[in-house]
Amino acid sequence: MEQRKSPVRGSAAGQLSFPNSDSRSAPHNPQRPARFHLSGPPYLLSSFSGFSPAPVQPASLLPCFFSSLEGISPKTISNIGGLHQMLSLHQHIFAAVPRDSIIALPEHDSTNKYGASFQTPGGRLLIKPAEYVELVSSMKPDFWVTLADEVPAWVSDKRNRTSVDRTLRWLDDCLSLNKTGTTIFGSIVGGSSIEERHRCAQEVAQRNVSGYWIGGFGLGESMDERAALLTAVTDNLPEDMPRHVSGLGLPEEVLQGVAAGIDLFDSTYVYHLTLGGFALTFPLERNKGDNADYQLSDSGGDDMKINLKATIYRKDTSPIVESCNCFTCQNHTKAYLNHLFNVHEMLAQTLLEIHNTHQYLGFFCSIRKAIEEGKFEQFRRNFVESRRECLFAAASSD
Amino acid sequence: MAWFSACSIPAVPLFLQVLGRFNRARAAQLTLPHYLCQTPLFMPVGTQGTIKGLTKNQLEEIGCQIILGNTYHLALRPTSELIDELGGLHKFMNWPRALLTDSGGFQMVSLLHLADITEKGVTFQSPVDGKPMLLTPEESIQIQNRIGADIIMALDDVVRTTITGPRIEEAMYRTLRWIDRCIAAHKRPNEQNLFGIVQGGLDPVLRDICVRGLVERNLPGYAIGGLAGGEDKDSFWRVVAQCTAALPEDKPRYVMGVGYPLDIVVCSALGADMYDCVYPTRTARFGTALVPEGVLKLKHQAMANDIRPIDPMCECMLSRDLHSSIVEGRFPEFVCKFLQTMFPKGDVPEWVCNAMEVAGIDISSCCHEMKV
Repeated sequence: MEQRKSPVRGSAAGQLSFPNSDSRSAPHNPQRPARFHLSGPPYLLSSFSGFSPAPVQPASLLPCFFSSLEGISPKTISNIGGLHQMLSLHQHIFAAVPRDSIIALPEHDSTNKYGASFQTPGGRLLIKPAEYVELVSSMKPDFWVTLADEVPAWVSDKRNRTSVDRTLRWLDDCLSLNKTGTTIFGSIVGGSSIEERHRCAQEVAQRNVSGYWIGGFGLGESMDERAALLTAVTDNLPEDMPRHVSGLGLPEEVLQGVAAGIDLFDSTYVYHLTLGGFALTFPLERNKGDNADYQLSDSGGDDMKINLKATIYRKDTSPIVESCNCFTCQNHTKAYLNHLFNVHEMLAQTLLEIHNTHQYLGFFCSIRKAIEEGKFEQFRRNFVESRRECLFAAASSD
Repeated sequence: MAWFSACSIPAVPLFLQVLGRFNRARAAQLTLPHYLCQTPLFMPVGTQGTIKGLTKNQLEEIGCQIILGNTYHLALRPTSELIDELGGLHKFMNWPRALLTDSGGFQMVSLLHLADITEKGVTFQSPVDGKPMLLTPEESIQIQNRIGADIIMALDDVVRTTITGPRIEEAMYRTLRWIDRCIAAHKRPNEQNLFGIVQGGLDPVLRDICVRGLVERNLPGYAIGGLAGGEDKDSFWRVVAQCTAALPEDKPRYVMGVGYPLDIVVCSALGADMYDCVYPTRTARFGTALVPEGVLKLKHQAMANDIRPIDPMCECMLSRDLHSSIVEGRFPEFVCKFLQTMFPKGDVPEWVCNAMEVAGIDISSCCHEMKV
């Protein structure tokens, strides 16, 4: 796996390549540059620049969680040939991450020196490094993240320090147990302590890993404190290695992460939107005018999303977003989706997920383009301000 | 609405052209306002304006030609008036092929407490507020006119075949009286095809009267109703055989509520053309896959580590194979292969053997010596 980054300070656009899974046994095959996008909840998005400007079918990065594979044994997954085979998604890239922000949140109270604890629908699960490595090797992901002890922002300093010590120890365990020479991202934790974030990042940077996974976010810290914590980590990491964070999903959070030097994101944002019947509507086209400003739309206060269950859409024969070329917007109306939601039909969520995914991917595409053109800060400012205007307008109209 | 203007097809909303036969079985082209269908065909049930979880592209890919919508459910939500206002159900769903709606009567009787049938119509309690309501033949047709399907069904007085006694005769005659009310209420006969439904329980005399009565009305198509409700298979196929023998050759025959692949093969051998059933969609929800050998219960522990693919034989594909085997003159071979795959030990049920005898298809190669 290799990465080339453009020499831009702060947020960067780059290219991340993985060997084609078919070529794993033939290392001389040319590496296929991959452009990451999301696929299925939870999913992974990237702030890497695209390989080509045309809408090439991007490879997608899918985090896969051991807890969601309860009921299917590692041996069976192995027999099938790993995740790519099992899910029949050969063109995609898989990442194995221990934390699932929907169904396996880290249970820091129950994590102990032996392993990490997760709360799952099937009960509490304690997983040790050796078990984790075995499961990961049966899944055969393209890369995987070492087992971490993630803690939320409010734990005691002592607990936080312990989480860093444990995470480093498990990182070393995973590295030594890694017989197959697969690609590993080292996990970095540290809660809400700048010092601990520094310490962990510095330690992990010394290990022989191919990238970094930053955990412990999206667990209750505020956006304000997060910025400093993120840079406390990324400042200690080599420029040419990818940084992946879990749990940041709101567009503003993504922008914050990108500004701090994060390259890969996975989140449940779209999943939760879809569950609630919300459709993303923020427009993505750049302003075609000749001014250099980055504007998301020329319609002033634009809203981010609508709720398709609302009765105002009962007879609305327009698509969710007029200019959107996702399957749902090309084929169906808000009225039909409103009906499907009201009668609790499965197709409602299928169609909405398609649209929301498409929109969200488009957002990342816009970010990459903005970075390439050296206009990321402007892009971020415009986006955040247009959100504020819209919220202000909504509040003052009550 | 698409009109097919091939030179020999007249400008009516339904045209059936038989392309191939084997004794009673026929393969045909059924021209409807929205689609040119091949029969025998199976119509998946899209109750609330969708086949659960499938997009329209996926439905087209698996060869789905007609979808059935439930009038009762759609009238409840989002209402037939809304569908009409938005241009009809085709437009609402963005389904480019054909649609069929049922009358709403069956759902009411089977879903609702205190539903009752009188000469006026079906009385029931509104599921929304409990008020007494009445679905008349006129109202059913009006709702279906608003929904806009290619084929609409008359409101019939349907009784289960497991009931005996004078109720069956009463229901049969009432069905005939109601068909006239349906015909009178039908506002769009040039765009929507009203099918009558043959009732009469398991009584051949009653069935005969009903068939004659409906055929006199010269309807675009005929359904065989009141079956697929728990009667024994031997009675079932005999009623189908009697009706298909008596119904006109140049109109489609629709056996309502059928069903299992075996039933479809037998009814097609006896001369039926169209089928609908919740079976494939419902059984999928419970994790059961339909395969040529029968079924695979995918949720069973035994399947947990089975890494082989399913071998799908979905109902749409079955009907496509039926059609092409009849057209290509190899229908008996198809039937034999079908039965051999499903009954590798040769234990084909007796009712199937009897039905195939009447259908004139030699399946002796599939059956071991039957006990007498």
